[in-house]
Amino acid sequence: MAKPSFLGLLLIAPALIMIGALFLYPLGFSLAAAFTEPGGGLSLTHFQKAYELYSTDILFTLFIVVVSTLLTGLFSIVIAGILTLSETPWLIAALRNLYRWPLFIPFIVAAQCMRTFLAKNGLMNNSFVALGLMEPIQTTSFLDWRGIIITFVWKQVPFVTLMLAGAMASIDRATIEAGRNLGASRLRVLVELVLPQVAQTLLVGLVLSFVTMLSVLSVPMMVAGSQPTMLTVDMAFRINSYGDYATANALGVISYFMAGTVAWIYLRHNVKREVQA
Amino acid sequence: MSGKSPSPPMSAALDLQRGRSTVPPASVANARVWALGSTALKIAGLAIFAFLLFGPLANLVLWSVAERWYTPFKLPVSYGLRYWEVVFRPTGDAMSSLATSVIIACLTVVVALAVSIPAGYALARLKLPWRTALMILFLLPQAFPSVAIYINVARVFYSIGLTGTITGVVLVHAAHGLVYSVWIAAAAFAAVDRDLELAARNIGASPLRAFFTVTLPLAAPGIMASAIFVFLESLDEFTGTFFVGVPQVTTLPLLLYNASMGGNYQIASITALILLVPSVLFMIVIERFLKADVLSKVGQ
Repeated sequence: MAKPSFLGLLLIAPALIMIGALFLYPLGFSLAAAFTEPGGGLSLTHFQKAYELYSTDILFTLFIVVVSTLLTGLFSIVIAGILTLSETPWLIAALRNLYRWPLFIPFIVAAQCMRTFLAKNGLMNNSFVALGLMEPIQTTSFLDWRGIIITFVWKQVPFVTLMLAGAMASIDRATIEAGRNLGASRLRVLVELVLPQVAQTLLVGLVLSFVTMLSVLSVPMMVAGSQPTMLTVDMAFRINSYGDYATANALGVISYFMAGTVAWIYLRHNVKREVQA
Repeated sequence: MSGKSPSPPMSAALDLQRGRSTVPPASVANARVWALGSTALKIAGLAIFAFLLFGPLANLVLWSVAERWYTPFKLPVSYGLRYWEVVFRPTGDAMSSLATSVIIACLTVVVALAVSIPAGYALARLKLPWRTALMILFLLPQAFPSVAIYINVARVFYSIGLTGTITGVVLVHAAHGLVYSVWIAAAAFAAVDRDLELAARNIGASPLRAFFTVTLPLAAPGIMASAIFVFLESLDEFTGTFFVGVPQVTTLPLLLYNASMGGNYQIASITALILLVPSVLFMIVIERFLKADVLSKVGQ
């Protein structure tokens, strides 16, 4: 390899300095705050405290994010599958024009929408009552863990579907035709022929969604009540109410760990694929 | 395929099919019921999907024009634009938050482009050590749970007097948007034909002149797309502003949050609708700026 261009390094330096100052340095700060005790030595006392106070919320966060990711995957596969395999042109056209709408809607706007839509007297329950599906007395508020999951899935499905439908459109149609000609049902073609070819894209979309959902503060704050809640809300609470950076950062490291586990699964899958290839 | 006059063997096949299917009338009726049932099922499915998709948005619109709406009523008791007038009153909180948001978003675009145009050019054209690692480095701020980062950014900013300032918020937004601006700028430069630059150099243009008169204009649509991405990302950003901007800097998302938590759903819904406008416009025009040749090079 020729020697690296000095000009190149000079040109990229400002961007690198920015990442260093505004991401890597605070990241180091958070690790240091989480692992050092008041005296200065290394310790896990903050994690112990975080666990004692927030073990329910840690499990709650994990539950919400895992269920939302799985549901996002399921709905995206169904929508992308219909877009690719359906033989009804008007259905494909309608679905293609519909599914993208929440794509660029900010999380905070989605949260505000759901805060009114899913409430006890929200438009959803009111519509069910008006259609005669439900008595007014039976309505319940969905503004708890279900609301968070619904909001996350509503917001993330278009994103994963967009990636997935793109990947499905670029696979070889001949394999699909062959499967259909041999008498396989469309469901079987989707599961056995199409999905294995787009698994990589699906995995990338779901990993990105997982980390995004782990980072969102506005949705759990606005959609659900106070207890139990997600780690992002607990971190904000620790800082704003007690100025307790140590415990907040310990919770932060736990959320890095969750994101890291998913990234690791993704990388391991990638390595396996490259070994096979 | 809908050929008006199918070729002879094809029409024969069609006749055969028709002939065959008219023989047992019961199965025709059956097939018709099947087709009707399947169409009805598809329409029902699509209707439920559309309800779940647009229901939340419809609720938002209803709240924005509801002057009074309380429990036993399924729809607002009285409609009106009173709250719109409150929001758009020149002296209102909303107008000043809108101005703050737009100023911050514009400055964020300037900062992000100022560092990512050179970086993108270097990544696309020049020899850099550990190029892949550098590309991934710009992705990291998006790949980490951001709340834990922002609380520490806020702590660092506090010690140097940047919390509660526009500068602080702009820096946080720019760092967050850097992955879009750097990756898309790199892809845009990579998509520019190298021969055109060489041609300009051959007829005597200096490297700088070739860059500003040939490369940059050709990469402009892609860079424009990255600028829109960064602008929107900044306009919609909540978490970073929540930690770094308080209490002095109130952007639209913060106003939305405060209004919603305070139970003022009309103001919250109108603010949300204002935030929706650029997002929807962007969804419509994105394909004009992000051409397939650039898109295929993103992240490479």
